[in-house]
Amino acid sequence: MALETLIESLPSLFDGLLITLLLTAFGILLGTTLGIVLATGRSYASRPLAYLILIYEKVLRGIPLLVLFFLIYFGLPQIGINFNALTAAVLGLGLRSSAYQAQIYRGAINSIPEGQIHAAYSLGMNKLKAIRHVIMPQMLRLSIPGWSNEFTILLKDTSLAFGIGVIELMRQGRYIQVRDPDLVLVVFLLIALIFFLLVFTANKILRYVEKKYQMAGYQTEAHR
Amino acid sequence: MAMLEVKDIYKAYGNVEVLKGVSFTMEKEETKVIIGPSGTGKSTLLRCINQLSLPNKGQVWLDGEEITNPKTNINKIREKIGFVFQDFNLFNHLTALRNVSIGLEKVKRIEKEAAQTRAMQELTRVGLEAQASQYPAQLSGGQKQRVGIARALAMDPDVILFDEPTSALDPELIGDVLDVMKSLAGKVAMLVVTHEMGFARNVADEIIFMEGGVIVEQGPPKEMFTNAKLARTREFLGRIGALYGEEETGG
Ligand SMILES: Nc1ncnc2c1ncn2[C@@H]1O[C@H](COP(=O)(O)OP(=O)(O)O)[C@@H](O)[C@H]1O
Ligand SMILES: [Mg+2]
Repeated sequence: MALETLIESLPSLFDGLLITLLLTAFGILLGTTLGIVLATGRSYASRPLAYLILIYEKVLRGIPLLVLFFLIYFGLPQIGINFNALTAAVLGLGLRSSAYQAQIYRGAINSIPEGQIHAAYSLGMNKLKAIRHVIMPQMLRLSIPGWSNEFTILLKDTSLAFGIGVIELMRQGRYIQVRDPDLVLVVFLLIALIFFLLVFTANKILRYVEKKYQMAGYQTEAHR
Repeated sequence: MAMLEVKDIYKAYGNVEVLKGVSFTMEKEETKVIIGPSGTGKSTLLRCINQLSLPNKGQVWLDGEEITNPKTNINKIREKIGFVFQDFNLFNHLTALRNVSIGLEKVKRIEKEAAQTRAMQELTRVGLEAQASQYPAQLSGGQKQRVGIARALAMDPDVILFDEPTSALDPELIGDVLDVMKSLAGKVAMLVVTHEMGFARNVADEIIFMEGGVIVEQGPPKEMFTNAKLARTREFLGRIGALYGEEETGG
């Protein structure tokens, strides 16, 4: 009976969900860390380095994620660089996200009046201290809406890891479909619902964080 | 030896010469006011003093140390030179109190509690103890500028540079800021670019009139206002005096 098969399949969907969350967590971690470094570099590093970062951003924003996955997972082994599918997916998600996040952080940096840096220098701060104590805290606050948006995009894009054989939610759904083709609509509706609930919950939490860190003069707008 | 010595400073942006050889000295606790038409290089001069802009030529000495020497640790020197900006430049993510204490905490490495106690004293000095926990966006322009002054004072500087500190303020808020500055006269050296002639006349030990990137004339206020040597100085002072009233800082 179809319902039985569905219920039997739930644990495998749960396994898939865990992998999806894993991809999201490590992907966003890589993307955020690298994105902050890239944005800071583009604003404050020497010109050639800033230019290299710009090229990196443009390239990674210009190619489809699935192509990036294929390049990392199937392409790199040809030159002796091997990753398992999960690592390749995290890399692809993280690298691409870093390019988009760098843009978010850079926009935030640019909206901080330059005079504040002069004020920081005038107190005797060096560049590093000025970035750390004046630019960073404001940059992060100003970036929360953009970051939230990027987070939910990345969460949804983990489903593309299906393409290189990562056994995440989509792949588990596909296995169920193969076992019992009659379940196809129900299973993918269920997966759609899971994604929707994840995005919905994430947005709720992030909105809360945004409010909590909001302060006078920082009425950031959510774009979603 | 003068506390601050500015020696033959030249500065150009591209091929536009902004400063064409500016020299003057300041003694400890002295107040000097720089006046002059806009675009004359007054802001550039202040920025050249604390090296926010690097002069093309010339030297700046503070307490016998040459600031303009590339080997000098400029960050250490800047602790001793306060800067108060026309548009305040407060740190928007910090309360008034932390705007004042952050230099003590992160630059002078004073322990947080002690730094904030000191910051509170400076806020009290500028009449803002009640606003300590407010963010810049919650303060009026005059209050912001007083936080800016407290932030500079907290570092215990030898000299504070003021770049048109009241130009961005509504007229009714200017008086409070000028009163605070007046209360500092004789306690810390101040180099003030301003159009406030009342302040210049009553507080300054000396007035420097700049135009076209050079110092045209300088002297004590009394002499400058009643007995300037050059016709150009008399003309400028007459015109600016008519534009900016002197009443709020009188006496
Ligand atoms: N960073 C800069 N780049 C190019 N030109 C500048 C810069 N800063 C100032 N200037 C020019 O230098 C001249 C003097 O400016 P400034 O020092 O601000 O004069 P003031 O403060 O007396 O009004 C102006 O013509 C201004 O356009
Ligand atoms: Mg100016």
